[in-house]
Amino acid sequence: MPEIREIAAPFPGVFYRRADPGSALLAEPGQVIAEGDVIALVEVMKMFHEVQSPVGGRIVEFCVEDGDAIAMGSTIAKIEPTS
Amino acid sequence: MTKSKVLIANRGEIASRVIRASQELGYEAIAAFSEADRDSRWVRQADSAICIGPPPAAKSYLNLEAVVQAALDCGATSVHPGYGFLAENEEFAASVIAAGLIWIGPPPRCIGLMGDKSSALAVATKAGVPTLPRSGVLASLDDALAQADVLGYPLLLKANAGGGGRGIRPIANADSLSVNFDQARAEVGAAFGDNSLYLEKLLTGARHVEVQIICDGFGNSIHLYERDCSLQRRRQKVVEEAPSSSVQESTRAQLAEAALRLAKAVEYESVGTVEFLVAQDQSFYFIEMNTRVQVEHGVTELVTGIDIVREQLRIAHAEPLSLEQSDVKLRGAAIEVRVNAEDPDMNFIGSPGLITLFEPPSGPGIRVDTGFGSGDSVQPFYDSLICKVLAHDVDRVAAIRRLELALKQVSIAGVTTNVPFLSKAIALPSFRDGTHHTQTLEDEMERSS
Repeated sequence: MPEIREIAAPFPGVFYRRADPGSALLAEPGQVIAEGDVIALVEVMKMFHEVQSPVGGRIVEFCVEDGDAIAMGSTIAKIEPTS
Repeated sequence: MTKSKVLIANRGEIASRVIRASQELGYEAIAAFSEADRDSRWVRQADSAICIGPPPAAKSYLNLEAVVQAALDCGATSVHPGYGFLAENEEFAASVIAAGLIWIGPPPRCIGLMGDKSSALAVATKAGVPTLPRSGVLASLDDALAQADVLGYPLLLKANAGGGGRGIRPIANADSLSVNFDQARAEVGAAFGDNSLYLEKLLTGARHVEVQIICDGFGNSIHLYERDCSLQRRRQKVVEEAPSSSVQESTRAQLAEAALRLAKAVEYESVGTVEFLVAQDQSFYFIEMNTRVQVEHGVTELVTGIDIVREQLRIAHAEPLSLEQSDVKLRGAAIEVRVNAEDPDMNFIGSPGLITLFEPPSGPGIRVDTGFGSGDSVQPFYDSLICKVLAHDVDRVAAIRRLELALKQVSIAGVTTNVPFLSKAIALPSFRDGTHHTQTLEDEMERSS
């Protein structure tokens, strides 16, 4: 079984799992994603930045709640890479 | 009578500004802060402070219930919203009043009327304040072409529903209208569930000129002349000055008169700003009204000698205006730039972090409004404004020169700032000779990229 990859926050800011409050979650645990898929957003000083998965695989879990503050480098999600 | 206690529901330089003004009037200033701002400079400057929630603005500075509850918990008698966050939230203003507190701002009804684009335009039209010529809802392409001929090109094709700039298309001529009409209709219909479109006159080469007004609760209203904020990037003001170098004396008087007429039409009370576009032929058109103190209020304070925030606090506490229109005199010229923690070379991405060194400029005619100093942190959760640098001198040329030198004196380390970008902006030949307009800065940036 491949090693679980931890996705680190690329910036400090506010973590979002939706593009806007009314839309669906960008990605959910259990979902299979491709490398480069957008799984979350980070808001830094009123600008939004996409968090793309560096690997293809299955999302194991998100480690931060939608709308919570995150520090740079903190783990935001865990992904089980496709072997 | 118990001492007034003002809860300041904001952060950064404007919190600092309002704390100072409150204390000068003998009021107690209470800072409402998020967990991220606990150790900030303005929180220490306040007489006391209360935490309103976690760092994300939605959970603190934008949390209406939390702010009202904090005001009640700390025994505040009034709430000042600053600008941004909840400052133009009608429901928040009403909640503050419903909690038995003084709202330091205009009546909630005014916030609601002016916050909604269509009702604001309706109020302006009714008050006889010019708005940009616009068509009715376009029934078909043929109807659009006919209405466009009446208005004259260039035009903007806009969605009747929605907002935020979505669906807006510039239309240069009839061909472009024919090409864009069906596409725009489909796009707008999909986005808002309402495909109605209208046309609005597109002004090119216009200036952004705004009039500062102050109205008390006794029917007295005055204007403090205008500010010119035509150097903008992505519709955000970068440089602001007073007075405007573009308006003639007769236009200056007409703008002020129109602003006051609009304020009277909605029985406005408090400080406010009425924004206009002024065309090259001096015709002017109402854009919107900001029902709060503005970021750039300081340039008006410098040229009039009137403390706008102090007047705002006094009026909210049921005092009459401390001066009459004839007391308002313009003296010299003032100019302001907004120093932000952002990287102009990286598409203006925010640059949060620890400010290891901050040496603001100083000297005759220089004013710096800030909430930060050496050892303070720029948080990633909020906007990037570190300080406003203002210069005042005998005339526009001297004020710009003073600002230019002041910017060379600014020393900020630890975070990246837009100071080099600001220096370039105020050095633009078209800005120096006053021929610039709202599109100038972006045109110049495109040219140099």
